Amino acid sequence: MELYIFYLLAALGIFSGFMTVFSRNPVHSILYLVIFFFAITGHYLLLNAQFLAMVNLIVYVGAIMVLFLSTIMLMNLNQETEQHKPALARIGAVVASGLLMLVLIAIFKRADNMPLPPDTNPMLSTVKNLGSVLLNQYLFPFEFSSVLFLSSMIGAVLLSKKEKVEAR
Amino acid sequence: MLNILLNIFSVVSIQSYIILSAVLFSIGVLGVLFRRNAIIIFMSVEMMLNAVNLLLVAFSVYHNDANGQVFVFFVMAVAAAEVAVGLAILVTIFRNLHSIDIDELKNLKW
Repeated sequence: MELYIFYLLAALGIFSGFMTVFSRNPVHSILYLVIFFFAITGHYLLLNAQFLAMVNLIVYVGAIMVLFLSTIMLMNLNQETEQHKPALARIGAVVASGLLMLVLIAIFKRADNMPLPPDTNPMLSTVKNLGSVLLNQYLFPFEFSSVLFLSSMIGAVLLSKKEKVEAR
Repeated sequence: MLNILLNIFSVVSIQSYIILSAVLFSIGVLGVLFRRNAIIIFMSVEMMLNAVNLLLVAFSVYHNDANGQVFVFFVMAVAAAEVAVGLAILVTIFRNLHSIDIDELKNLKW
């Protein structure tokens, strides 16, 4: 049963990933990317990582995708006006990424099949366990990420503010 | 209730997760190389980040180590910040050039 769910989610992720890249209309690309994120969330649930599944859903589907969609609407790009790259560049892109995939798979295929750890902890991915690790061991990076968010917020506001045209 | 949950690695091997992540990462690379629309390129970068996150979570569960999942949490935070600034830059570019085609972004100064 779990095996079939895994293969279903894997096929869904790969399909929606390809459709994201190859859709002509940017809005369709974004909708396929939402499906991609749902597939990844399904994988997290299958791995019993409930907290990250919910965070993935809220952050990516809820926040980042809405940001992308509103930017597309702001730029009025919801038409299929994009011109393709020259054929040579496109063939090169397909060959390069295909070779990368082959090399990655070939490298990791050679890794020895590690034995299962003897005791699997079902409480590993709970909010309680992750929260205690996050706020004890990683307290400084956690607080520092607030500085990152503050600076990115200031940067985004500063960049998207309209400049006043100065007369020279 | 949690005790009856199955360990997924008795059904799906870790190799399957590695191959799936490699394929998803390569699709992201393909998107970056293939398209000219800067927003689609951003989305492909997000896909690559998600492929890596998936592998981190898989190994975290495999090794019974919560550090990997905390790291995924930080990756998501950085990705959110990166998208906010990146889209602001794209909006500024669009306002100046009336296009976000990366092949038109050849000049450092205009």
